[in-house]
Amino acid sequence: MAAVESGTCERPADMAAVKCLSSSAPLALRIVAECPVSKARACVLTLPHGPVNTPVFMPVGTQGTLKGITVDQLEDLGCQICLGNTYHLGMRPGPELIEKASGLHGFMNWRRNLLTDSGGFQMVSLVELSEVTEEGVMFRSPYDGKEILLTPEQSIAIQNSLGSDIMMQLDDVVSSTVTGPRVEEAMHRSVRWLDRCITANKNPHRQNLFAIIQGGLNVGLRKACLDEMTKRDVPGFAIGGLSGGEEKDDFWKMVTLSTDHLPREKPRYLMGVGYAVDLVVCVALGCDMFDCVFPTRTARFGSALVPWGSLQIKQKQYAKDLQPIDPECQCATCQRHSRAYLHALFKSDTAAMHHITIHNISYQLTLMRSVRQSIIEQCFPEFVQSFMKRMFPSSEQYPSWAVDALASVNITLD
Amino acid sequence: MKLELSKVVRGCRLGVLTGIGQTGQHSLEVPGCLLYTRCATVPHLTQDTLHTLSSLPAVTQVTLDSLAEHYEVLEEFKEGVRKFSGLHDTALYCSLQDPAATCPTGHITNKTVSVWGSGGRIELTVAKFMAMQAAILPDFYQSMADGETWQANTSRKRVRKAVDRTLAHLDECLILHHKTQELKQAEIFGVVEGGDIREERVRSARETAKRPVAGFVLDGFQSAAMEQDLRSQLITAVTTELPQEKPRLLQGVGRPDEVIECVEAGVDLFEGFFPFQVTERGCALCFNYIIVPDPETAGTSPPTVLESNGESPAVEKLKENGDSSPENMTQFELNLKDTRYREDFCPLVEGCGCYCCKNHKRAYIHHLLVTNELLAGVLLMLHNTAHYLGFFRALREAMAVDRLQDFKTRVLQ
Ligand SMILES: [Zn+2]
Ligand SMILES: [Zn+2]
Repeated sequence: MAAVESGTCERPADMAAVKCLSSSAPLALRIVAECPVSKARACVLTLPHGPVNTPVFMPVGTQGTLKGITVDQLEDLGCQICLGNTYHLGMRPGPELIEKASGLHGFMNWRRNLLTDSGGFQMVSLVELSEVTEEGVMFRSPYDGKEILLTPEQSIAIQNSLGSDIMMQLDDVVSSTVTGPRVEEAMHRSVRWLDRCITANKNPHRQNLFAIIQGGLNVGLRKACLDEMTKRDVPGFAIGGLSGGEEKDDFWKMVTLSTDHLPREKPRYLMGVGYAVDLVVCVALGCDMFDCVFPTRTARFGSALVPWGSLQIKQKQYAKDLQPIDPECQCATCQRHSRAYLHALFKSDTAAMHHITIHNISYQLTLMRSVRQSIIEQCFPEFVQSFMKRMFPSSEQYPSWAVDALASVNITLD
Repeated sequence: MKLELSKVVRGCRLGVLTGIGQTGQHSLEVPGCLLYTRCATVPHLTQDTLHTLSSLPAVTQVTLDSLAEHYEVLEEFKEGVRKFSGLHDTALYCSLQDPAATCPTGHITNKTVSVWGSGGRIELTVAKFMAMQAAILPDFYQSMADGETWQANTSRKRVRKAVDRTLAHLDECLILHHKTQELKQAEIFGVVEGGDIREERVRSARETAKRPVAGFVLDGFQSAAMEQDLRSQLITAVTTELPQEKPRLLQGVGRPDEVIECVEAGVDLFEGFFPFQVTERGCALCFNYIIVPDPETAGTSPPTVLESNGESPAVEKLKENGDSSPENMTQFELNLKDTRYREDFCPLVEGCGCYCCKNHKRAYIHHLLVTNELLAGVLLMLHNTAHYLGFFRALREAMAVDRLQDFKTRVLQ
């Protein structure tokens, strides 16, 4: 256990010393505490570039940079893992160049863990002309118009070049609002592609490949996908195909179904989720890892996240407001700057965005640290109750899906 | 504030400006530059990133044009822009205009000047100007001035009017300055105008020097206004008229070659906007300013920045108008957007101690620029500021050991 706890494993070789609970993968999950009421759990996930305390929110650094924040600032915020996007980085600067720079870690000089997606999601959502066949995803490059086929093998080859600590399988992405045979086809294909990805991984000793559970909003298909994928000895699982505009009532049921059937000893990553309420509820449903562009994207438009919602700093009402964004926040922005100054600075300089980005990342990471602490202290249900009280002016405003989801894991809100 | 000159050689002044700030705790070595800001923030930088830079100038420049639209909140706040913007240990100088911005002309009247904020034009009378100073609370500031004489073909009559107006504004500013309780600790710099007309420059300097000002601002010499030879001649004519013991701050000149020439003409202080302009065009300052210890061994000097990478910067035709388009690139910088840096795994400048050079490679900066990422501005601003401050430090060191000519040769090579 001690080896796992202290495990800042800088070099792949060190991973051999780490006792891995799940498999021979370069990953170890130690469950520190479980909530006796709900499915929430606090773990230490040890990866090749150090430990990650879960539940964890992972900020997204699409192009190998986090929106004007330096890697030192990100480290100072306590970030232990962030994301890079395979689609973007594969296009520019390209896998060959990043490999020459000793991977994405070297290229962006980030000393801690990185997770990369498969690139498939971006292709389907960003590129209009994309076509999925058994071979892979065919799309037209927005840079030179060339047709490109992204196969599971190529996605893994790019992610191997990027050298991320966690890689995602290429999955057949279908919008969560689609129903019918296409969903079933995509689920089965995602299983076949998972096998191709596992075979293609050149670095199983230092790069963890996560499977992505698909199946849309169909209970039978989700269950079938879980059955198939959990037969494979992958280091971790992601819950995919959600947060794409489906009803929240459908969303949480798919999440809880997935965590019910995922192995206890492996990490569970809920993709694309980052709103505070969603995070807290989905922790209760048993998820460990989350990512979302929302906190950093919204910061650039002047939206600062606070325990009672958000502040639109560019609005006139803050022009003379001399308080910090959140008087209780310990981030560098709140320690030094008032809402009024940030409001003024937004008219002149990009540093205004950096200030809010720092605050928002700090908000997300602090929220997850508090969640974790409450699980360890065995008072997670109470934490959820006070969190909801702070977030909403009255209990009538609690979203019904959140109330239902929490009730399903024995947390009642009053 | 007190200027202690340790050395004056052929008009070049080396020394230290002491007693700056409310309790006189700040000092600034001359020749030197101020820290450039917009809305009291160094562009792109937060306090965290800014303070990765060592030995920042003790004086931060704020510009009235970027603060004027925030007058109401500053006035209510009452504690000045330093505290409002979260700056702590720095002295403040307030200028009228942002040296890196070109403001539309044709809006000056006998009684008013205009500044342009994000919401458009704000017209200032002397009373309004002084009310803003009382809200900003700088440690020193320039008096209101008619600086609209820098364009080519400005008539003699217009130049004379600018000198007269500026003197009248100064007299009015001085009266209000002494009546304003909030500005009791602050000091005022008179502004020397006169366009490119020597007699007007001399008249403006002489008249301004008769007033009880703490120092002088030389206005209307910006890069677009005139050739360096003329600028040097005019500045020399001006500084001859000015008292030795008061500092001279030159507005709108930032290129290293022009800075050296202007120091030779007797200038003490510069605005620090040049690194910002370089940053905005996606470039990195890379010129060499290190002079070898002994001129006899110059041939065995360590390789310069550019030689060590087997390349020379793309020098383009030098036409400057103060804005930030790539065609204004000088010979002092590298254009990091150029594809030649795509696979360049060297730091921006070998041996540079800035955060950017210690942590990142040219290939990464190139990638950030190509993908329009905000971090490009942060990292370039850090490097460019560090390099520029290093240049001024080296300039003073060269003057201290009587090696200004070697220094100049090195910078201009
Ligand atoms: Zn904060
Ligand atoms: Zn540097």
